[in-house]
Amino acid sequence: MSNYILTLGIFIVINGIVACGLNIIVGYAGQISLGHAAFFGIGAYTAALLATKAGFSFWMSLPVVIIVTGTVGLLLGLPSLRVREDFLAITTIGINFIVESIFMYVPFFGGALGIGGISRILFFGTRLREAGFLALAGSLLALSMLCSWWFARSWTGLACFSIRDDETAASSMGISPVLFKLIAFMAGTAMAGVGGSLYAHYMRFISATDFGFPVSVMILSMVVVGGMGTLWGPVLGALLLTVLPEVFRPLTEYRMLLYAALLLLMIRFQPGGLLGEYSVFRNLTRRLVGRGRS
Amino acid sequence: MLLEARDLRVSYGDVEAVHGVSFHVEEGELVSIIGANGAGKTTILNTVMGIIPSRGGSIYFRDTEITALPSHIRARQGIRLVPERARVFPLLTVFENIMTGLYGLRKSTDVPSRLSWIYELFPVLKERAKQLAQTLSGGEQQQLAIARALVSQPRLLLVDEVSMGLMPILVEKVFEVLGYLNKEENLTILLVEQNALASLSISHRAYVLETGTISIEGDAGTLREDPGVRKAYLGA
Ligand SMILES: Nc1ncnc2c1ncn2[C@@H]1O[C@H](COP(=O)(O)OP(=O)(O)OP(=O)(O)O)[C@@H](O)[C@H]1O
Ligand SMILES: [Mg+2]
Repeated sequence: MSNYILTLGIFIVINGIVACGLNIIVGYAGQISLGHAAFFGIGAYTAALLATKAGFSFWMSLPVVIIVTGTVGLLLGLPSLRVREDFLAITTIGINFIVESIFMYVPFFGGALGIGGISRILFFGTRLREAGFLALAGSLLALSMLCSWWFARSWTGLACFSIRDDETAASSMGISPVLFKLIAFMAGTAMAGVGGSLYAHYMRFISATDFGFPVSVMILSMVVVGGMGTLWGPVLGALLLTVLPEVFRPLTEYRMLLYAALLLLMIRFQPGGLLGEYSVFRNLTRRLVGRGRS
Repeated sequence: MLLEARDLRVSYGDVEAVHGVSFHVEEGELVSIIGANGAGKTTILNTVMGIIPSRGGSIYFRDTEITALPSHIRARQGIRLVPERARVFPLLTVFENIMTGLYGLRKSTDVPSRLSWIYELFPVLKERAKQLAQTLSGGEQQQLAIARALVSQPRLLLVDEVSMGLMPILVEKVFEVLGYLNKEENLTILLVEQNALASLSISHRAYVLETGTISIEGDAGTLREDPGVRKAYLGA
């Protein structure tokens, strides 16, 4: 039982990291992405291949994973960020399907069987099992949030926010929309890579379907439900949307339908998410605590 | 010459809105373009800023052609726009909105002194510094849009219809500020206005735009006395 709780905690934290990354793209830079799971997958596959084929430890591969996912994010972002919003949604879905099929059909990536036998993470010689792994993943989540926080306060963050609010006005202030969308895309996908690396070393067996389009929808739901552009929103979203499906196990078949319904409801009634500017939650805490900014 | 447009043509889809317009602005001048609704004033300013591509003709800034440059590069060269209806960044605070104007310039700018200069011009912005821009009144948003464009010390300020939605006393104040900036700070301004009387009174020269073509150009004082202009734009 307690192992079950710890495992659930680990999934919450991994999803939280990946959602934090998507939040930089969607919440900070205002660019819709429906293919974030592709980068989660690229991170996981990079770590898995380095571990199984080159004998890299988690620690050795982590910087490589960050560079690889960030770079692929940059390359795939290059053409897609020049298109307008609705096309961007479709382009990112396309990227997700292409990446998933490459993992699925190219033998180098293990094909339909996926990749197994990925090593556990060693921390000063001890193998990290549930509790230790949760502590490590939690620290990486904290680090991701710290990066997000720093990003939001930097000049780069300000430039991204202004593009999100009004791209034309931003460019007439001297801010290059393409440059900052790419920076956001790169930072966000690199974070997804970190989540992927943790996922690979925790599951120790991965396959292409772990990173399909439904996962992208789930991650986007986390960001939207928790609150786009807020620091804690993606984490709260990851918590809720990782725990709720466990509670409603019998409804697993309808998961996608529920996510879609949830997304629509949120956009209709709470567009800022649970932690957004005018949300129920904010109003409540404001009433309880007096005032405050997250 | 600071800005020169030669035979500028701009279209929306297949419909041409600006039919070969030529104008220029000298360093230190305040020049107005006046014209009725739909004449193409906003289209011209947006084309100078690089927001809308031109279909023909060319634009020169400080004697270098900028026709093909994207707007953020033009902004870096010192062109700033106060857009029609302000277009402040709604989810950023007033302070953050002003800071976007300094993007890429913070090293070469004395930021605190620039800010206090802005706040002196528009004291209300200092009071509201921490407020989200979307919570400002329309008039306050206009002031913020001017502040955001001015904070970078532009070489050329493009101003699109600042008087829109402002109460008369504020219109007067804004025009006073623009006149002051032009005279005392030697700021070059290209002004687009429906409020022809107010803009002609502070301008050196003016162009009258009629459905995408310049019909009259000349000294602001002369235009104010022109019977045709008086009849069409000054309500006299
Ligand atoms: N995005 C657009 N798509 C199609 N046509 C447009 C667009 N923007 C402007 N136009 C057309 O171009 C012409 C010039 O418009 P513009 O906005 O430049 O006029 P304006 O002189 O600024 O008018 P106003 O005084 O009302 O602001 C108008 O006929 C308008 O309908
Ligand atoms: Mg206009």
